[in-house]
Amino acid sequence: MNPNQLLGKRGTADAHPMEDFLRMDRMPHIWCSTCGLGTCLTAFIAAAQESAIPREDIVVVSGIGCTGRAAGYLKYDSFHTTHGRAIPYATGLKVANPRLKVCIISGDGDLVSIGGNHLIHAARRNMDLTVICVNNFNYAMTGGQAAPTTPQTAIATTTPYGAFERPFNIPFLVDSCGATYVARWTALHVRQLTIAIKEALLHRGFSFIEVISPCPTVYARRNRLGTGLDLMKFYHDHSITKNFASTRECDIKFQQDIVVGKFVQREEPTYLDAMDAQMKKTLGAKFVPYVGPMDPNSERTKSDART
Amino acid sequence: MNQRPRGPVLTGAHYLDGDHACAEGAIAAGCRFIAGYPITPSTEVAERLAERFPRIGGTFIQMEDELASIAAVLGAAWGGARAMTVTSGPGFSLMMENIGLGVMTETPCVVVNVQRGGPSTGLPTLTGQQDMMQARWGSHGDYEIIALSPSSPQECFDLTVTCFNLSEKYRVPVMFMMDECVGHMTEKVVIPEADTIDVWPRRWYRGPRDKYLPYAPDKDGVPPMIRAGDDHRVHITGLTHDARGYPIINAECQQICVSRLTDKIRDNADDLVMVKEEQLRGADVVVVAYGISARVATKAITDARKKGIKVGFLRLITVWPFPEKKIRDLAGKVGCLVMPEINLGQMYREVERAAAGKCRTMLVPHCGGWVHDPEDILKAIIEGAK
Repeated sequence: MNPNQLLGKRGTADAHPMEDFLRMDRMPHIWCSTCGLGTCLTAFIAAAQESAIPREDIVVVSGIGCTGRAAGYLKYDSFHTTHGRAIPYATGLKVANPRLKVCIISGDGDLVSIGGNHLIHAARRNMDLTVICVNNFNYAMTGGQAAPTTPQTAIATTTPYGAFERPFNIPFLVDSCGATYVARWTALHVRQLTIAIKEALLHRGFSFIEVISPCPTVYARRNRLGTGLDLMKFYHDHSITKNFASTRECDIKFQQDIVVGKFVQREEPTYLDAMDAQMKKTLGAKFVPYVGPMDPNSERTKSDART
Repeated sequence: MNQRPRGPVLTGAHYLDGDHACAEGAIAAGCRFIAGYPITPSTEVAERLAERFPRIGGTFIQMEDELASIAAVLGAAWGGARAMTVTSGPGFSLMMENIGLGVMTETPCVVVNVQRGGPSTGLPTLTGQQDMMQARWGSHGDYEIIALSPSSPQECFDLTVTCFNLSEKYRVPVMFMMDECVGHMTEKVVIPEADTIDVWPRRWYRGPRDKYLPYAPDKDGVPPMIRAGDDHRVHITGLTHDARGYPIINAECQQICVSRLTDKIRDNADDLVMVKEEQLRGADVVVVAYGISARVATKAITDARKKGIKVGFLRLITVWPFPEKKIRDLAGKVGCLVMPEINLGQMYREVERAAAGKCRTMLVPHCGGWVHDPEDILKAIIEGAK
């Protein structure tokens, strides 16, 4: 299909209501039909609009993988970084330019495996970032290899006889490391997910949402779980909403009930708050708060050195 | 006494080691963001900035590892900060992937490597010059990089400013290849008045907001830059991309994208190459050296001259892009090029390649851990003069 055919006039039946927020010149996207990622983007855009955060303040950072492509389709300032490094990249953006609302949209392999160290440290620091972790239980872009989230006994190309390693319980992981907002929903829970993303965007501190998402092409096919629609039916029948459930009890077992809900919401000083407070306490009047990034609109050159 | 209020720049004469001078150079260059991870012998740069920054409006973050440090630096640069990270051998190895991202996304930043002996954990506290080729080729793929090498604490200050300027002008990560000896050597460092320090601005885009193409280059092959959060809605990716920054996965786009990344450095090599020349005219032998080896070589050169040997000295300040023309010209005029370096022949390969058999070339190798005995360099000079 010619991408231009998708470019309908706004307000008419053939226009996508969110096309202002998507890079329509990049359509068609690479995601499979009935993948949960489209739902995640829809929920993200709706939540971002509802949050009333100025659009230019929102920055999206992704790592590598299927979900890693999210940054490329969202029409915000967006960064598609290296595998596992979305969170430290986002940390740099946030610390250098604290006005920004920096969101990470990436996959389970990217965030929890190769990027696992960064995830736990960002949670520990209560770095003011929003992380949307789309968990499809495997490395989908590379053809369906096992991930640290693959449930035991599930088949992946690198676990052809069934996975036997214990998977991460991600909400428990980030909760125990100090995340101050933690939720889990599935791609079926569009309304709850949208509300959760909005809450996360408006939360001060490290907010984390796990989105259980169907991967019909590799994970579901290899495990004979049916189509994306069958997985949605599964989420419908097997999701148990337990707000503020103990994250310790949110393990995911192969094709068993999934606990969903908002698990954690607490107020704690963010990294930047804590830094400022400590510097003020120790340095008093000698503390000069961060001057902020360079300003493209002022011709500071030599004076940069003196500010 | 009429004292001007003290700004961030420590104007005046100081007794500083190279690491601290580098930190002061970063401040003078307008760097207000540093992300780092402790590693000997570079830690003092980060420590000094951790102490200085909260007093002058900078921000220091100690990251969980070097992978995170360089990633944070790239993010900070796109956030609008002038950003730097500091490391040594093992950390430098960990940074390689994201240095490639910095090259691909044309992100201005400075990576300081206070070199120690390798491979692996090697000699944490002792000197080496063994990451010179890694600075050039360490990340995968074809690219060009800029790297400078200081020989004194004064140069650690001066050239750190230059590193920032070049990174902004060419939009590329610039490697500052110090070594443990220069980093821990304490000497007089003169820091000029802030307003006499030449600090180059970022190449800000000044056109209409919605017309910005992140990778549409100016005449010199370098595109202007924006800052995240200013509503340009850019997409920046490490994938091969077109002028819009959109991934285009085919050979044609690869050709355009990669050629420009390399050409913007290659075509401007004359602007980038800085060397110090001494008595090259009529020389029979020329010593080519950089970093601490250049300091040690001066003793051998002086001794050789006392023996009546006509020795010239070419000190490399820019190591990448390699001062190829200079070597090629010299090779046609002198009998022998002698190169001491604290490795088993890294930059020497470049010297050999550029000389292309037009004169003799001699390596004075050293495995690291200490500097050369000037006697060894002198012997090579005598041998080269035969």
